[in-house]
Amino acid sequence: MRAEDILNFSIRASTGYKFRTFLILIAIAIGVASVVVLTSLGEGARQYVTSQFSSLGTNLLIVLPGRSETTGGPPPLLGETPRDLTIDDVVALNRSSVIRLISPITVGSAPVSWKQLEREVIIVGSTSELYEVRHLSMSLGRFLPSGDHRRGEALCVLGNKVKKELFANQSPLGEWVRIGDRRFRVTGVLAKKGQSLGFDMSDVVIIPVASAQSLFNTASLFRVLVQASSREAIPRAREAILKTIRERHDGEDDITIITQDAILSTFDRILNTLTLTVAGIAAISLAVAGILIMNVMLIAVSQRTTEIGLIKALGATRRQIMRLFLAEAIILSITGAFLGLIIAFTGVLLLAKIFPDFPVLIPSWAVAIAVGVSLLTGLVFGVFPARRAAKLDPVQALSRR
Amino acid sequence: MIRLDSIERVFHVGNENVHALNNVSLKINQGEYISIMGPSGSGKSSLLNIIGLLDRPNKGFYILDDVNTTDLGDEQQALVRRHKIGFVFQFFHLVPRLTASENIELPLILAGMKPEERKERVKSALENFRLTDRAKHRPDQLSGGQRQRVAIARATIMEPRVVLADEPTGNLDRASGKEVIEILEKLNKKGIILILVTHDPDIGNRAVRKISMVDGKILNDTLALESSK
Repeated sequence: MRAEDILNFSIRASTGYKFRTFLILIAIAIGVASVVVLTSLGEGARQYVTSQFSSLGTNLLIVLPGRSETTGGPPPLLGETPRDLTIDDVVALNRSSVIRLISPITVGSAPVSWKQLEREVIIVGSTSELYEVRHLSMSLGRFLPSGDHRRGEALCVLGNKVKKELFANQSPLGEWVRIGDRRFRVTGVLAKKGQSLGFDMSDVVIIPVASAQSLFNTASLFRVLVQASSREAIPRAREAILKTIRERHDGEDDITIITQDAILSTFDRILNTLTLTVAGIAAISLAVAGILIMNVMLIAVSQRTTEIGLIKALGATRRQIMRLFLAEAIILSITGAFLGLIIAFTGVLLLAKIFPDFPVLIPSWAVAIAVGVSLLTGLVFGVFPARRAAKLDPVQALSRR
Repeated sequence: MIRLDSIERVFHVGNENVHALNNVSLKINQGEYISIMGPSGSGKSSLLNIIGLLDRPNKGFYILDDVNTTDLGDEQQALVRRHKIGFVFQFFHLVPRLTASENIELPLILAGMKPEERKERVKSALENFRLTDRAKHRPDQLSGGQRQRVAIARATIMEPRVVLADEPTGNLDRASGKEVIEILEKLNKKGIILILVTHDPDIGNRAVRKISMVDGKILNDTLALESSK
């Protein structure tokens, strides 16, 4: 039997029984669509988190005071407290060639007021480098000027939301606001930027780090953001920071360094697993569709018993009958998969319309897997009914009307 | 040429063994016209199924054109059916979703013939059986006589050696039944062995050689009678 004749015969057979064909197609389409949509949601979540992390800055290392890991060895005789990170540490780090930018951060909370309006706001003490390290942008004025880290100028940059609440539509540039018990002149307003990792950059006021330290009466830093000169330089920057701080802190490794890559790859792993899990769950629905294919094909075999008997009498071999029924199962699953992809693509398109911020992307591997799995189920679950058809006794099959 | 040698076919019904065919031997020469008659359950359909290779005997040999078919595997038997045997059934057994011409084309498709060649053969078959204007009709749009004509066209499109007809007129009125029998007889005149199973003595008696069966045995064979005279 010629391949195109097998194909033609099977297509005619499946269009001959419209309702059952319709049911099978729906089952497979739903299976394929759910695999594709769910994986693209998982993939979207991964990309969302990744983009959130990269909005933190590029080639970033975060230095925290205190050590989070133990290295073994005898316990110290005397209690050991980590030394604070100070601005002097930052100045020392700045000499390293693998470090491009370094930005110390002190964080506290203080009331900010202008005229009669007052709000409790998170105050970030930092330097001009923060602008570049955190990829900030301005909507008005300028960021903090560069200069000596140890000099605390009375300047501040308002977050977008703070500006709106204190000044409404007026320009705050050049105005003096009161933060705690000091007065600061506004030099700029940050552009609106979404949340990044729960830290709302629009609800802060940024002041020079030295001013913040005297405002909160502390010499220590909350953390230090370091931008390595390149991606490849990140491990070297890490070593350089550890070495410099060890030298300055009497040989103690009393800091923790988190690299952005480490966080990113962890999240990447977690979310990849999540995507695969969800895809796996969706694949179960494909398996269910497969069982439905088997069921419906079995019904088809008993519906067409006389037809099978007839084509046997006309000289069809068992193998030919196997092929005819398998071809039918495969044609059904391919068509179903195709419909499923159409549903999935429209669904994802709709999702993208409804949630424009959330990146939903259909990964090509998901499409390949969904189509592959549906083909496989068609084949696997089509074999049993096809064998049953091939084994039919023609005498009995033909004795029925 | 067909030779059946002490064929037995036993069915198990409950705890009993029913001998559908009991030690049947038969020799049929090329071009013979045979009717098989007998009450229901006499084994005439079983005999036809054995000759048509739809069923295997429990014992005995069946030689068709010098080939011992009882030795053949399923696939090879299917090939013998395809090329040497044509079936005509009481209930026509046309595929309902296919048109008349597609039903006739079916054996050619199974044989893997090229589409151009198929078209030619189907066209001439349609002409021979006066079905050209019905070619695009589906079975439910055809009369009984037309359906049986389509079935005969299908049975003969591969130019078989034997045509086996099981009650071919059983579902037809007198007029179209007579027409169908005449078509079959015309085929027989061209050298095809025609074996007709029927209840109807009027039809059975038209055959040159009449075999009557009872209880799985051949009771009477006119050829045997002639030779014994």
